[in-house]
Amino acid sequence: MIPKLMQSMALPARVEASRRQFLLGALAAGTGIAVGYRLLSASPALAGEAQAGNDSHAFSPYLTIGGDGKVTILSSQFEMGQGSYNGIATLVAEELDADWSTIDVKGAAGNIPAYGNIAFGGTMQGTGGSTSMSTSWERYRKAGAAARAMLIAAAAAEWKVDAAEITVENGVLSHPSGKSGGFGAYAAKATTMPVPADVKLKEPSAWKFIGNAELKRFDSARKANGTEQYTIDVKLPGMLTAVMIHPPLFGAKAKSFDASAARAIKGVVDVVETPRGIAVVGEHMWAAIKGREAVTVEWDESGAEKRGTAELMSTYRDLAGKTPAAFARKDGDAEAAFAAAAKVIEATFEFPYLAHAALEPLNAVARRNEDGTIEIWGGHQLPDVYQKLASEIAGVPVENVRLNVMKTGGSFGRRAVFDGDVVVEAVHVAKALGFRAPVKVQWTREEDTRAGRYRPAYVHRLKAGIDADGKLVAWSDHIVGQSIVAKTAWDGMVQNGVDPTSVEGANNLPYAIQNQTVGLTTTDVRVPVLWWRSVGSTHTAFAAEAFLDEVAQAAGRDPLEFRLSMLEPQSRHATVLKLAAEKAEWQKPLPEGRFRGVAVAESFGSVVAQIAEVSTDGNGIKVERVVAAVDCGLAINPDQVRAQVEGGIGFGLSAILGEEITLTDGKVDQGNFDMYTPLRIDAMPKVEVHIVASSNPPSGIGEPGVPPIGPAVANAAFKALGKRIRVMPFAKSLNA
Amino acid sequence: MVNIKINGVEHAIEAEADMPLLWAIRDLVGLTGTKFGCGMAQCGACTVYVDGSPTRSCQTFIGDIDGAEVTTIEGLKGKVAETVQSVWAELDVPQCGYCQSGQIMSATDLLASNPKPTDTDIDAAMSGNLCRCATYHRIRAGIHEAAKRLEA
Ligand code: FES
Ligand code: FES
Repeated sequence: MIPKLMQSMALPARVEASRRQFLLGALAAGTGIAVGYRLLSASPALAGEAQAGNDSHAFSPYLTIGGDGKVTILSSQFEMGQGSYNGIATLVAEELDADWSTIDVKGAAGNIPAYGNIAFGGTMQGTGGSTSMSTSWERYRKAGAAARAMLIAAAAAEWKVDAAEITVENGVLSHPSGKSGGFGAYAAKATTMPVPADVKLKEPSAWKFIGNAELKRFDSARKANGTEQYTIDVKLPGMLTAVMIHPPLFGAKAKSFDASAARAIKGVVDVVETPRGIAVVGEHMWAAIKGREAVTVEWDESGAEKRGTAELMSTYRDLAGKTPAAFARKDGDAEAAFAAAAKVIEATFEFPYLAHAALEPLNAVARRNEDGTIEIWGGHQLPDVYQKLASEIAGVPVENVRLNVMKTGGSFGRRAVFDGDVVVEAVHVAKALGFRAPVKVQWTREEDTRAGRYRPAYVHRLKAGIDADGKLVAWSDHIVGQSIVAKTAWDGMVQNGVDPTSVEGANNLPYAIQNQTVGLTTTDVRVPVLWWRSVGSTHTAFAAEAFLDEVAQAAGRDPLEFRLSMLEPQSRHATVLKLAAEKAEWQKPLPEGRFRGVAVAESFGSVVAQIAEVSTDGNGIKVERVVAAVDCGLAINPDQVRAQVEGGIGFGLSAILGEEITLTDGKVDQGNFDMYTPLRIDAMPKVEVHIVASSNPPSGIGEPGVPPIGPAVANAAFKALGKRIRVMPFAKSLNA
Repeated sequence: MVNIKINGVEHAIEAEADMPLLWAIRDLVGLTGTKFGCGMAQCGACTVYVDGSPTRSCQTFIGDIDGAEVTTIEGLKGKVAETVQSVWAELDVPQCGYCQSGQIMSATDLLASNPKPTDTDIDAAMSGNLCRCATYHRIRAGIHEAAKRLEA
C-alpha cells in the first residue's frame, strides 16, 4: 500500500533533505498527489460528523465552525503532550483571525490526501521525527485563510457589499457600514461558497499569533482540572477491560494456559488467547488484574531470545573492535591520517536499552458497531498502518475501520509502531469475544516496561588523531547495535547495510574534520526496539560530543574554543554555541564546587547547544543549571519551544542518570518505577532556554532538546570528578 | 459493600474490600480525573485526599476506608486549589497533562500547610509525583507563583 521508502519516521537530516526532494519530485511528476494543502471539499464522513455535531459546519478536512462560532481544528498530527495541537491551532487562528478562546482541536484520520505527512512524502499520515510543524506550516495556514475567505464571501453576499471591504478580527466580521457578525452566524452559508483556488497568506509583520510568546496553550486549563480525556478515559456502554499476559521472553509463544481459577474470580468475564498473548477480560480493571494473577500459562520458549545484557554487551564490545560491517561516511583517508597523527586516543561508550515509560501505560479500545464497522480509540501515531492492520484482523474493508485519535499521556515515539501492538491487541481481544462488547486493553505498568519496544542498546568505539598543533585530523566512530527499521515494513530505509536511524547524529557532524569514517555493525537480537525521543541522536550525540571533550583535553584546548575552531563562524552550530556560552558566562569562573560542560547537537532540522553546570559532593554530581540555545527555524509558539526544551532536558537527563532496561537470560529485570527510575523533581536543574531569531521555516522541537544534555553533563562531571562517563547510566561509570 | 463519600456525594460501592480506591473511583464511580500510572504508589498520578490527606489511591483498599471522605481533582475546591489551577494554566505547566491531577493535589496540599515553600521544600513534597514529560521546572515556578498570589 505504501511505498517502503516513504515510510520513514526520523530520517537523518541529510538523507531526509535529499530523499524528500526525490519523493516530492517523484510525486509531483508521477502520481499527481499534491503535497501540502489541498483545497478539498469535506469528506462525506467528516460532513456527517459535522452534522452530528449539531450545527457544526465543515470547511475542509481541516476545520469546522459551529453555529456558536466555535472553531474545531481537525489535526493530522497526534498530540502526546508535545503541543502539536496548539501549534496547529496557532497556524489556523492566525490566518482565520479567530478568537483564540473559541479554538479546540481534535485528532483526525482516514484521509491520506489531506492528512499525509509531507515530511514522509505525503503518502501516509504519521507523527514523528519532530515534523508536526513543518508538515503543517503551509497546510494549516492555508486552511485558515481559505475558511476566512469563505466566511467573508458569505457575509458579503448577505450584506450585499464588496468582499474586499470586509475586515476580520478576533472571530468577528465587520463592514464599514456598521454591519458585523461572528463566525457562527455565517458558518453555514460560508461552507456553500466556492473554495478559493488559492489564498494569499499574511506577511510575517501582520502576525498576531505566530511567534507570540504570550500566547497560552488552549488546553492547559482542562489539564489542570482533570477534565482532559485520554485513551484510558474512554467509556462506552457495556465496555469490558482487558489486561494482557505477554510472553516472558521475546519470541516465546503460549503453548497452553489454565484460566479456571481466573474465571472463578468475581468480575472476570473471559480469558482469551490472541497471537500476542493471553487477555484476561473483566468488568473493570481490578477484576482483570486479579484474574491475571490467577492464570497459569505454559510457554514455548524454543524460538525466544535468551541472552542477557552482560552477554549482549560483551558481544557488542568485541564487534566494536573489529572492522565495521558497513560505512555511513568515509571522508579523506582516515587510516593514513591516524598513522601520521601526533597523538591518537580511543574510547568505548555503552548505552543500555531504554523504555519510553510514558505515564499513561499503553491502551486502546475497540468496538464493532451495529453496521459492521470497526471503531478504535487510541493514540494513533501511525493511523493508516493501524487501520490496515485492524481491517485484516477483523476482516472488513479498510474504509470500514474508523479511528478515533485520542490524546495520550506521553508517547515519546512508543505509539508509532509497525505492528500496531496494543491497537492490534484490542481488535484481537474484541474479535476473540465475538465482538459481543467493546473492549479496552489496558497494559499495567509492568507490561508497559516488560513487553518491549526499547531504544536499542549500542556500543560506540571512537578514535581520534590530533596533529602536533592540537588540530583534530582524523576521526572514526564504529556503532554497534540493533536496527530499528530492518526486517519491518520500513526495511527499505536501510541502504547499503546502513539504517539511517542508527547513525543519524554521527554521520553528519558539523565539524571540519578532513579524514573521518562512521561505521556500523548491525546486530541480530530478538529484543523489540523502536524510536525513542530523538532516536539515533540519543546515543550518537553523546558519543561524539563527550569524546570530542576528551580530544579537546588531549589537545590541551578549551572545549568551547575547540568546537568553534572547527565550525564556520556564521553556522547555526556556532551561533547556538556562542549564544549559550554568552548566557552561561562561559568565560567567567564558577564559584567553588561548580563545574561546566558544553555540547551541541543537530537533530530533526534544529540545532541545540547546552551548557550544564554541576556540583559535587566528591562522589556523585547534581545538575544545578542548564542554559540552552536553540535554532529551530521560526518559533511558532516560543513558549512551547521553551517547554519542549525544558522537558527534553529533563527527559535526556533522566536517561543518563537513572534509566536502563537490563535482561537476565532474556527476561527484562525491571517492571515498575521502583526499578525503572525516571527523573523526579529533586534532580531537575534550573533551565534557561534562549531561542535564536530565525525566519527559516519551522523545524523540529519535540526531540532536539534531548541529545545535548547527556554529553554536556558528562563533560561537566569529568571536570567535577576527574572521571569520564562512558557507560550509561552514570552510576555505572562513577562506580566503575 | 463499602460507603465512601466522594466529593461530597455518598457512594455505596459494591465491590470486594481489596479493590483499590483508584479503580473504584475510575471504573465504578466514573470519575476519570484521577489517573493510573503505576499501581504501586510510585508515580503519584492517582493522588486523592482521604479525609483531607493526600493518598495514593492505587494502594488504598476500599475495605480499609469505609466511611471516609474522599476528594478527587473533580472535587478540589478552595482558594489555594483554585489559585494553583489558574497559575498552572497561565504558566502552561502541563505538557501531556496526564500526571497533572496528581501534581495539583500534591501542590495544593503543600501550599495549604506551607504557604511559602522553598525549592527544597517543593522538591521534598513533590518528589512522589512523577512527570515523564519533565515539567518539573514549571511545577516549581507554578508553586512559587501560587504562593506569591496567595500571600497578596
Ligand atoms: S498509580 Fe498510584 S502512585 Fe502510580
Ligand atoms: S505532563 Fe506528561 S507526565 Fe506530566
